[in-house]
Amino acid sequence: MDRLGSWVIGFGRFWYQFIIGDDWTMAVAVAVGLVLTAVLNANHILAWWLIPLTVVTMLGISLRRASKVGQ
Amino acid sequence: MTGIVAVLITTFLASAVEAIEMVTIVVGVGATRGWRSTLIGAASGFGVLAVVVVVLGAALSRVPIGPLRLIVGALLLTFGLQWFRKGIMRVAARGLAGIGGQDPHEAAEWPGPGMDWTAWLLAFKGVVLEGLEVAFIVVTFGAGANQFGAAIVGGVAAVIIVGGVGLSLHRTVRRIPRSLLQLIVGILLTTFGSFWSLEGLGVEWPAGDGAIVGLLVLYVLTAATYITLERQRAFGLRPAA
Repeated sequence: MDRLGSWVIGFGRFWYQFIIGDDWTMAVAVAVGLVLTAVLNANHILAWWLIPLTVVTMLGISLRRASKVGQ
Repeated sequence: MTGIVAVLITTFLASAVEAIEMVTIVVGVGATRGWRSTLIGAASGFGVLAVVVVVLGAALSRVPIGPLRLIVGALLLTFGLQWFRKGIMRVAARGLAGIGGQDPHEAAEWPGPGMDWTAWLLAFKGVVLEGLEVAFIVVTFGAGANQFGAAIVGGVAAVIIVGGVGLSLHRTVRRIPRSLLQLIVGILLTTFGSFWSLEGLGVEWPAGDGAIVGLLVLYVLTAATYITLERQRAFGLRPAA
């Protein structure tokens, strides 16, 4: 059972590292951005710009945070 | 004959667009993570695709490509952002120095004896998603013109020709600095992930498929801006706070 548990944990860790990586806030921002885009689109509001804006903004925030940690 | 030629040309060109996206992902992953796992992932994708096309046949046009694009697009976007961010940091730190050399802190290729599941999964998903679109084009065009043979020839020819060109250039790709390549692949994955995830939500992009070029330009400019800012910060020309 221990071996199975280790395998499950390892498998889950693989997926987490693969999808989320070392900055979980970017993944959350993508999810929130997609949900907001869906809501705007459902209300017939132009929404294609939200994800690109999210990408550009979150990259800047993440890079700035990484620079502060590195100092 | 005219009907056959029209179907051949149309399905070839339409399939080539999807094949370029497929090959871009496979070549990018192979050049940065290693070819063995990537090509096995791509071959696995083609194998799954062959089974899917045979089993579903004409019913393939009813496969919900929308939800599939949303899920794969969101995953590619999330993962692509990781490489995008790391690529900016590494290029800002090292520039284009060390052309062809290895990152001392990370192996250029998968060092383990087993499968690199990350490379396998990226190649597999890229091939399956784009391959399903090629199959959809082939089936709809073939059904509409009652020329399934010509449609299949056009679609398969596009994948083979575009794939051959892409894979034959991979040696040139390996000479590009790895940090820069990670940045380029990160930009491409983020671009396609952004485009596909929103298409999966039913959002209409201005200029349709041409929006991919717009996204690419935006993300390249973003990378150039952040690299400049990071280098200024590294050389003490700007405070981090």
